[in-house]
Amino acid sequence: MMDSIAFLLAGTLAAATPLLFAAMGEVVVEKSGVLNLGIEGMMASGAAAAFVVVFHGGGSGSALALGALAGLLLSCVFGLLVLTFLAHQVAAGLAVGILGLGASVQIGKAVEGRTIAPMPRIDLGPLSELPVIGRALFGQTPTVYAGLIAVALVWWFLNRSRAGLVVRAVGESPSAADAIGYPVALIRFAAIAFGGVMAGLGGACLTLAYTPLWADGLIAGRGWIVVALVVFGAWRPGRILLGAWLFGAVSLLELALQGVGLAIPSQLMSALPYLVTIVVLALISRDPRRLRLDRPVSLGKTHVPRA
Amino acid sequence: MASRADASPPGVPRPLALGRRRLVARVEPSRSATLLVPVAAVLLTLLGGTVLFALLGQSPLAAFHAFFIEPLTTRYGIGEVLLKTGPLLLIAQGLAIGFRAQVWNIGAEGQLLLGAIAAAAVALTLADVESVWLLPLMMLAGTVAGAAWAGIAAWLRVRFQASEIIVTFMLSSVALQLLYYLVSGPLRDPMGMSFPQSALLHDAALFAPLLNGTRVNTSLYLAFIATAAAWLFMQKSLPGYRLQVGGLAPAAARYAGFAERRAVWIGLLVGGAAAGLAGVGEVAGPLGLLQRSISPGYGFAAIIVAFLGGLHPLGIVPAALVMALLYVGGDMAMVSAGLSNASTTLLQGMLLVSYLACSLFATHRLVRVKPREPHA
Repeated sequence: MMDSIAFLLAGTLAAATPLLFAAMGEVVVEKSGVLNLGIEGMMASGAAAAFVVVFHGGGSGSALALGALAGLLLSCVFGLLVLTFLAHQVAAGLAVGILGLGASVQIGKAVEGRTIAPMPRIDLGPLSELPVIGRALFGQTPTVYAGLIAVALVWWFLNRSRAGLVVRAVGESPSAADAIGYPVALIRFAAIAFGGVMAGLGGACLTLAYTPLWADGLIAGRGWIVVALVVFGAWRPGRILLGAWLFGAVSLLELALQGVGLAIPSQLMSALPYLVTIVVLALISRDPRRLRLDRPVSLGKTHVPRA
Repeated sequence: MASRADASPPGVPRPLALGRRRLVARVEPSRSATLLVPVAAVLLTLLGGTVLFALLGQSPLAAFHAFFIEPLTTRYGIGEVLLKTGPLLLIAQGLAIGFRAQVWNIGAEGQLLLGAIAAAAVALTLADVESVWLLPLMMLAGTVAGAAWAGIAAWLRVRFQASEIIVTFMLSSVALQLLYYLVSGPLRDPMGMSFPQSALLHDAALFAPLLNGTRVNTSLYLAFIATAAAWLFMQKSLPGYRLQVGGLAPAAARYAGFAERRAVWIGLLVGGAAAGLAGVGEVAGPLGLLQRSISPGYGFAAIIVAFLGGLHPLGIVPAALVMALLYVGGDMAMVSAGLSNASTTLLQGMLLVSYLACSLFATHRLVRVKPREPHA
């Protein structure tokens, strides 16, 4: 029993990490007033690129860097579409998402179905051997801690830094920010690029640390869960963290229930994260007043800059 | 600054600066540019594809030939293009109606699966019925099932304001798991060893062949009937007009009493019904049974088709043909040029990206600006 709790605790944190990275990027993008629905493709390309690097003998650092680069390149395409070509944000997000999925298959074609050695876990000796919480808190891969640091940094950036204030102002009222003289398009482009880097890193965490293999379709809707997570978390990094843990736990339920010996169709368990997303989304969105208060006012709207 | 701001009268969108040229919003999208945009997008994709093949170390010419020319040189190839045009056209017509009203159904893939499941369930239940009414019954079941699956998203949107974008996508992932469960359990062929697939549907449950030497069947008619219906609905009917106004100007629509809820219901139910019917066309057409893989992503590709067709019922027809060619070309290039099928998804992405980028020139025009005199 204690073992399965320890397993659940450690697994939840690990499973939440890819979502957490991508969601911290997405929350900054959405705070600037842009809805990026291309996360799925950015995560997929990041995951494939990072996997290929390690498969060919590269280190974790360069793998993470290349994963981030893949996400960055796709986000630049997205940024050009919505900011320069004034494309509808939903359509542009779908386009870049499909582009990213296609790119990921192309990148990973030669290593389809192969595995790599997972990223080593941190070993803090006696601390890591503490019962129940030892492995969860002191024996994870470095990416898990980096994900938590990212939450803290993004929280600080959005709520305590001057640059974060400007990003939020652009998201609340681009025309006002424009009138004051802030370069709205440039600020949004920077936010989008950050979102792309984080989505690429999220995908890289998935193949490097969580499921060290590559297969087409590996991301399996995680990019869309990330978009939902930002809504669940009311655009607040702390609450998004709780949401990511919830999804980490749900995705482990299948293994946990098998351990207990319950016979539930495996397909139902595979569908569970998607069903939970739908239910939680409906519950959270139920109160339109709350949603209106939390959501950046200009989210999804194209802003035509002044000359 | 002041002199430039004065140049454009109040109410007219301000121009974007692009070096020496400026981009000025057109009052109305240009007609000729609207027609040129998809053509330019296809050409850009061909160019991008050629560069891609070269980067992958393939001979761009051979790959290009295999992808875009070879399918059109044989009767079988043309048949395959038409076979894939059917579901793409049908689904895209349904989706475009929702998209015009700003209702984003991106889960047509799942609605298609539900249609396929319902049709197969009817056919397998009535396996000894030879009536000509069997196929219409399957079509009805598939249409209703697809619409019902999309209806869940519509209900969650109007009742709880849950984003239909996320819900429709999640439901399509759930639909896939439902299909996996059914073909490995309740609907599995008891005589079929342990393959995860249903028994073969009997002849009365299949669409009749349409062209000799090809796999095209009479379900292709459905796509063209849907095109005519979509044209009548969107261009000629009041409900269709209301739907479009709601998408273009929500505030004006609310003022005129056009309900947003209605748009959500219509947009999603029509899209779901069309996708469900397309699913019937797959099980009762080229597949002939229910199996784990029903559609090579038609539901997602149809989103691109709808945009490439300018969300216009008539524009969607050539767009569906182009997308079908991309699919068949992908299959053929895999065989003859040794390219992976994956290139299809990448080219699909390029197509939509180019279309969205080119669209700017339908809504804006480039104006050369005279170098300004230095301020006195």
